[in-house]
Amino acid sequence: MGTSGPSKFTIQQKGVKARKKSPEYRLLGSVLIYTVLVVLALLWTLPTLGLLITSIRPPDDVNGSGWWTVLFNPEKVRLTLDNYRIVLGLGLDQVKMNLDRNEGDIQLLKSVMNTIIMTIPSTVIPIFLAAIAAYAFAWMRLPASQFLFTVVVALLVVPFQIALIPVLKDYNVLGLNGTFLGVWLANTGFGLSLATYLLYNYISTLPRDIFESAFIDGASHFTVFNKIVFPLSLPALASFAIFQFLWVWNGVLVPLVFMGEKQEYMVLPQRILQMLGTYQTQWNLLTAGAFISMLIPLVVFLGFQRYFVRGMMAGSVKG
Amino acid sequence: MHQTPKKRKATKQAFPQSKGEPANLKNLLLYGVLMVLALEFFRRIFVFLKAGDAPEWAIFLTSILWGVLGIWVLFYLANMITESLQERWRGLVVPWIFAGPALLILAYYLLIPTFRTLYLSFFDGSGSFVGVDNYLYAFTSGPMLESYKNNLIWLVVGSGLSVVAGLVIATLADRTHPWFEVTIKSLIFLPMAISMIGSAVIWRFVYHFQPGETQIGLLNALLTSVGEVPQPWLILQPWNTLFLVVILIWMQAGYAMVIFSAAIKGVPSELLEAARIDGANEIQSFFQVTIPYIRGTIIAVTTTIIIFTLKIFDIVLGMTGGNFGTQVIANEQYRQMFEAGDFGKGSAIAIVLLLTVLPVVYYNVREFRSSHQKAGF
Repeated sequence: MGTSGPSKFTIQQKGVKARKKSPEYRLLGSVLIYTVLVVLALLWTLPTLGLLITSIRPPDDVNGSGWWTVLFNPEKVRLTLDNYRIVLGLGLDQVKMNLDRNEGDIQLLKSVMNTIIMTIPSTVIPIFLAAIAAYAFAWMRLPASQFLFTVVVALLVVPFQIALIPVLKDYNVLGLNGTFLGVWLANTGFGLSLATYLLYNYISTLPRDIFESAFIDGASHFTVFNKIVFPLSLPALASFAIFQFLWVWNGVLVPLVFMGEKQEYMVLPQRILQMLGTYQTQWNLLTAGAFISMLIPLVVFLGFQRYFVRGMMAGSVKG
Repeated sequence: MHQTPKKRKATKQAFPQSKGEPANLKNLLLYGVLMVLALEFFRRIFVFLKAGDAPEWAIFLTSILWGVLGIWVLFYLANMITESLQERWRGLVVPWIFAGPALLILAYYLLIPTFRTLYLSFFDGSGSFVGVDNYLYAFTSGPMLESYKNNLIWLVVGSGLSVVAGLVIATLADRTHPWFEVTIKSLIFLPMAISMIGSAVIWRFVYHFQPGETQIGLLNALLTSVGEVPQPWLILQPWNTLFLVVILIWMQAGYAMVIFSAAIKGVPSELLEAARIDGANEIQSFFQVTIPYIRGTIIAVTTTIIIFTLKIFDIVLGMTGGNFGTQVIANEQYRQMFEAGDFGKGSAIAIVLLLTVLPVVYYNVREFRSSHQKAGF
């Protein structure tokens, strides 16, 4: 009968195909499954939904009633964009609420700019350096390449907290602390291990004959990289780009350490952290600020989910 | 020493083919000068940006263009210089132009700091040698002991439940209509895009406590709606760490789910058919066929989440600041480094953090290697 040990159920056959979905589930079982999943999905989405709804309500409403009442009592709903106006520092003259003295100073728009300035090069530079390094490891005559590559992969495990103190000391001497260049290089350094590893896995599998014919025609490595490797690796590059973009944009420790404490240079996560301290229970402002910091990553994420998943599957040991 | 007629070697070491050209001195000079000019130009951009008194849009544009294009310009020029060299030198130099920058940066930002931090951990905050005092602190002090206890909770409950939740959701979703499955998976996966600090805002709001009948925090509202007394969740010891761990599960289950989903779909239907023919029901075939088949994936995902959990600090920082008994190792390291300014203790704790991660990584890599050997069955 049915309950033999695993060996009976795990006979491997040659040429096994990936399992397609079978439509043979019983009705009751499937209703249960659908219900459970819907409940879980709701549970997962509720917290974020609460954030979003609260951010468009006036403070009196926010403090007076739970955000879910918006769903149940639509006739009593008052929505406003004022929270965003206050938090961004845009169009403050249109704000109908009474502003506290300091609320007009939040000026998150500057932080949005700072975050963009920090994140884009911090994503592009490591991709570029990792791509050329991966190409070198895969297709060039690099001395001790096996050893060097092992070191690169081994560095995947080092928590970047290890580097903060020594590098900060150097930055203070070099005058790099508080500069974007310092942060770009730091983010690059912390992301290069994973990038090189991922890109190597991809670039080393490109077909050899493409390279052979190019080199016979007299192409240099530089040309081959630009015209062949780079275009062909775009999917892998995209995967890593998403990963690195999210990690840098959402990160608070690296900018905190290397950009310093001045508000005009802070990036979004730093500012939100700061707001958590200053505006502790002003949920209307906190939620608006948090949502602003989440908007671009969410858009990037939803738009490029496929690449992100692919990047994750290729082995993410980085935290 | 002149070249014999070209031979085509089969190994990757063979190309590009060399023809023994001499150095192109004109180009060498030209590109050399361009390189020096470029570096000087970049130095000036750096100074300009650092001064910070230009209009904001100028700083914005300059930063982005410089950050993105600068590295490519340097690479281009370095290659042009190399190609002007004598053929013999070219083959030796070019690989370093490609791999060198990455290797140097990695060495400076990750490899060397490991040793430097190790060195720093034997000194105190003001630079005097203190031997192993910092490690005594790291292993026996109150905050650290509390951190070890909490990190253990994070590991067991947080990583464990994230993996279990991911596995369960992936399995259930696999049996539903494809569109439904994609939607559900996207919703569960969504929190991965949210920053830790953003999650802190979201969840502080969920856990919000205020005295009185009206509650605006989701959890307390649920309590009061059934007539219970609202609770100040985040300061209730020892449960508050668990409430923080919930956030980790919320964020990481999606990661586990995505990977498990792909793994589950890779279980060959022939195996499941064979099990069904032998009379196994759904549950039995899940535990006796599917789980053993994806064992490698389960281990890889679990170890990855464990490594990530050990390094967590910004959730704790944003939710409670590490107070009320919720401290964790990485947050204590941050506290020593920044709030107490004690680089010595901070370094020792960072080394301890590395030590806690190493065994897990070793296990991860070992499993990765052995599962790769099984792949060609």
